[in-house]
Amino acid sequence: MNDKPLLQVNNISVVYADVIQVLKGVSLAVKRHQIVSLLGSNGAGKTTSLKAISGLLKPENGKVTEGTILYNGDNIQNKAPEDITRKGIIQVLEGRQPFKYLTIEENLRVGTATRWGKPYREDLDMIYEYFPALVPRRKSMAGYCSGGELQMLVMGRALMAHPDLLLLDEPSLGLAPLVVKEIFKIIKQINEEQGTTIILVEQNANMALQIAHFGYVMENGKIVMEGESKELKENPDVKDFYLGMGTRGDTNSYRDVKAYKRRKRWL
Amino acid sequence: MEFFVQILINGLNIGFLYGLAAMGFVMIFKSSSVLNFAHGELLAFGAFFFLTLVSAAKLPLPVAFMGALALCFALGFVVERIFLRPLIGEPLIYVIMLTVGLASIFKGLMLLVWGGNLYMFPPILPAKLSITFAGITIPPVYLLSTSIGILFLIFFGLFFKYSSQGIYMRSVADNQSAALSLGVHVRRVFALSWAIAALVAGMSGIVLGIINGVNVHDLSSIGLKVFPVVILGGLDSIGGAILGGVIIGLLESFTGGYLSASLKDVVPYMALIVILIIRPYGLFGLVEIERV
Ligand SMILES: Nc1ncnc2c1ncn2[C@@H]1O[C@H](COP(=O)(O)OP(=O)(O)O)[C@@H](O)[C@H]1O
Ligand SMILES: [Mg+2]
Repeated sequence: MNDKPLLQVNNISVVYADVIQVLKGVSLAVKRHQIVSLLGSNGAGKTTSLKAISGLLKPENGKVTEGTILYNGDNIQNKAPEDITRKGIIQVLEGRQPFKYLTIEENLRVGTATRWGKPYREDLDMIYEYFPALVPRRKSMAGYCSGGELQMLVMGRALMAHPDLLLLDEPSLGLAPLVVKEIFKIIKQINEEQGTTIILVEQNANMALQIAHFGYVMENGKIVMEGESKELKENPDVKDFYLGMGTRGDTNSYRDVKAYKRRKRWL
Repeated sequence: MEFFVQILINGLNIGFLYGLAAMGFVMIFKSSSVLNFAHGELLAFGAFFFLTLVSAAKLPLPVAFMGALALCFALGFVVERIFLRPLIGEPLIYVIMLTVGLASIFKGLMLLVWGGNLYMFPPILPAKLSITFAGITIPPVYLLSTSIGILFLIFFGLFFKYSSQGIYMRSVADNQSAALSLGVHVRRVFALSWAIAALVAGMSGIVLGIINGVNVHDLSSIGLKVFPVVILGGLDSIGGAILGGVIIGLLESFTGGYLSASLKDVVPYMALIVILIIRPYGLFGLVEIERV
């Protein structure tokens, strides 16, 4: 198949409201059919990176001011979300945002917007196969679902669009460990069975690196580390600060943070 | 007793038409959060389109009716494209001020084209179609307007409940950023809600014109009556708009019948104030679902 990355983000800067610079030269490459994980703490710029790709910066008054985003060889930076979604890039927003007053099935049907008028029954069946928990709730309003059900719903809704590139923003946030495990199992399954390329933004680095092929670590609007998941899992800094299994004692002490910052300069 | 029932029927009928007009207003508000101060003018346009097609173009009634509705639909679409679309993303108050300006422009245009006179339709429906029962007469136009109104409600109810476009429209009203993330064409949804709102308003305008005569000032002022209706019904509830309309219609009709015709136009606003004091979110406002 094609060896070139499906998505190439080259040195982009993102500015909100013309003055607040959030991304400062971010570069990412995402190979076809891979899961690429984007890790980092709160405020690092993960969500902003995803929105730069999906075009959802625009409604928030954000803009890619420098650099390029190439998808399948096309320049897509600063394009409208209607156009980007129709090229096959679908973002699942942070914080599980259902259409509260629509039923589960109606929520799923909104996922057909990019291919309006085409049949969708089989796709519904496929979604219910991936997420059997949604079946008994298909007629109830999404506003009344539990967090786990909602995460399944918003992922299923995105899959209805037949995405080539799926952007998942913190799917594990605030979910019980067992539910998180189930969700990650399904993400891996979708990647393997549908061949969907996935960018997985997570703070739960441990889980993310288990299913991702490749990973990036972000801090303060910059990529500070990248590598195969295997390498990242063994990296002492990642272990200290993202995997919560410090090799040098108490990971949260100020001295360690300083040491980390010192080391980070060399990365 | 006969008087009472007659007033009841009048009130229900007029109220139902107010409700339909308000439904269009609510539709625009739900999809784009815009309060449309030019709604009464859309209503008046409907009546004038119909009047022109009937009396100047001499088209048969059903054709004129469908034609006027099609013109209203197109008008709503064009208004959104030309005037509202450039303001998407701007502060809402700008957009609302724009609709206030549009109201004046529309009214001016109608005065220019049709003047400020009161036009009466020739009796459109044969009087023998009226129903007389126990001394109470229901004029045919009431029967017709109620049936057409109910058909509209059923049609749009099915459209919003089952069709994909209807579901996309509701998704935008529910959570705009989530709709955008799935590729829903939000600007198209706005245009479509303006078009449908203008069509529904136009249809109320046509029927109210047949009942009361067509006059720019009278019909536009119904745009103001939409406010007590939707505040009564809850700004975000389409069913509430219909019920709110019926209640305002009944209030008006009973005030006119038993108290005085001059109080008729004041009572809805008095009701509005009382309701705002008791139930600030309207009688049927959507109960916010809390995040679970
Ligand atoms: N719409 C916005 N306008 C201004 N600043 C924003 C906006 N969205 C995010 N930011 C800022 O950008 C930074 C990165 O945010 P975000 O991309 O959400 O990080 P993450 O997803 O990694 O937590 C934060 O400092 C945040 O305050
Ligand atoms: Mg985030």
